Amino acid sequence: MFTNRYIFIYSSVMVIIVAAILSSAAVILKPYQERNIAIAKIQGILMAAEIEATTENAESMFDQVILEELVINQDGKVTGRFSKGQLTDGDDRAFDLNLKSELYNKRQGKSYKVPLYIAEAEGEKIYIIPLLGKGLWGPIYGNIALKEDMNTIFGAEFGNDKETPGLGAEISERAFALQFLNKTIFNDAGKFVSITVKKGGVGTMPAADRTHGVDAISGGTITSDAVTKMINNCLSNYVAYFKSQN
Amino acid sequence: MSSEKKEREPLFSLKNRKLITAPLGRDNPITVQVLGICSALAVTAKLEPAFVMAISVMAVMGIGNVVIAALRNTIPPRIRIIVQLVVIAALVILVDQVLKAFAYDVSKQLSVFVGLIITNCIIMGRFEAFAMANKVWPSFLDGIGNAWGYGWILIVVAFFRELLGSGTLWGYQLIPNAWYIDNGGFYANNGMMILPPMALITVGVIIWVQRYRTKELIEEN
Repeated sequence: MFTNRYIFIYSSVMVIIVAAILSSAAVILKPYQERNIAIAKIQGILMAAEIEATTENAESMFDQVILEELVINQDGKVTGRFSKGQLTDGDDRAFDLNLKSELYNKRQGKSYKVPLYIAEAEGEKIYIIPLLGKGLWGPIYGNIALKEDMNTIFGAEFGNDKETPGLGAEISERAFALQFLNKTIFNDAGKFVSITVKKGGVGTMPAADRTHGVDAISGGTITSDAVTKMINNCLSNYVAYFKSQN
Repeated sequence: MSSEKKEREPLFSLKNRKLITAPLGRDNPITVQVLGICSALAVTAKLEPAFVMAISVMAVMGIGNVVIAALRNTIPPRIRIIVQLVVIAALVILVDQVLKAFAYDVSKQLSVFVGLIITNCIIMGRFEAFAMANKVWPSFLDGIGNAWGYGWILIVVAFFRELLGSGTLWGYQLIPNAWYIDNGGFYANNGMMILPPMALITVGVIIWVQRYRTKELIEEN
C-alpha cells in the first residue's frame, strides 16, 4: 500500500507541477489580458460619454472623442496634459495613472494625482471622471461624465468584479446607471454634495436633495452604499479644480 | 485478477459509444441526476455565455477525466479527493485565464461562475465514480459525454430564455422591431424569462418532456 512517505512526496510533486503549469500560463497570457483590460477601461470611459464601442473600434473611437487628458493633483492644479497622441505638459499621461495607488496615497495623506478626460459628445464638452472603490466582495469601478457646467451628470457607467449576481452586481446594469442622468453634484449654494445611492428610494429624501440621489439596489445595500462612498471619494478630488475653472 | 490478455476493444465499441450517448438522455446529469443546477440557472439568460460555459465544462471534464484516469493507480486513496480537487482547480483556473485573454466580454458575463465550475458536482462525481476505476480512453469519452449532457440542456434553456426574454439569439435581434408595443406593435419581451426562476421552470419542462417520452425514469411511489 501507500506509505506516508509516498503520500508526502506525491503531494509535493503534484503541487509543484500544478504551480509550474499555472504560473507559466499566467505569464504567457498576461499581455493579452492586459490589452483586454485596457480596452475595457476605454469602453467604460466611452460608455459614460454615452458612446457604445466594440472591442475592435474602441481605441480609434477613444482617439476621436477624447480631446484632452488631464492629470490633476490634490490642490486642483493641472500637472499634465495629453492630447492628440502626445504629452503637451508634465510628464505622465492620465490614462496610465494607477487610480488604485493614487487613492491609496490619498488615504495615507500623501500627495496624489487623478486623471480627468475631456471629451466632446453631442456637440458638448464633457468631463469624464473615472471611479474606483471597494464593494462587498471585491472592487467596484465606473465612470461619471459631467456636462460643461461641471455639475450636471451627462452619463455614468458602473462595473464590478465580484458582487453577488442578481443583487449587488445589478449596479453594472444600464438601468442603474441611467438613473444618474441630469443629477447634480453641487447644491444650490455651490457646496459639493456628491450623489447618494439611497436605500428605500429617492422618494424618501427631502425634496431639495432628490436631485442629488438615486435609488439603491434592493438586496444590495452594502454594494449600494459602496457606490455612494466611491462617488463621493472620487469626485471630491476634482472639486478644487472645478472651482478654479468657474 | 487474471492476467490473460483481452482482445483489444475498438475505439468506438458499443460500450464506448454508450459512454457518450447515455449522459445525453437517460443518464443526463441535469435532468436525471439533478446535478449542476446552480450554474445551469445562472448562465442561461443568453445563448453565448451558456455555450461558452458548456465548452469550458467540457474542457475541464474531458482533460480532468484523462488526467485522473492516467494517474489512477498512483493516487493514494487517502488523499484522492484532494488530488481530484487540485486537478479540477488547476484546470478551471487555466480555463478562466484563457477566457480572460481571448473572450474577455464573455468571461465578464460568466463572472464568478467559471470559478464555480470547481464546485460543480458533476465533475467530482465523474472523477470519483468513473475515472478512478477506468482506462484513459473510456474516461475521456465519459467526461465529454457528461459535459455534453450538461451542455445541451444549458444551450436549450438559454435558447428559450434569450428568445422569449430578450427577443434575440446570440445577440442578434430576431423579433422585428416593429412588432414591439413601444413601436406600435403587439409584442413585448417576457422579462420574467431573464430571471433565474424561469430557468428552473424551463429545466422542469425539459424533465417533464423527457419523462413523458422515457417512462422508465418515473419513480414508483
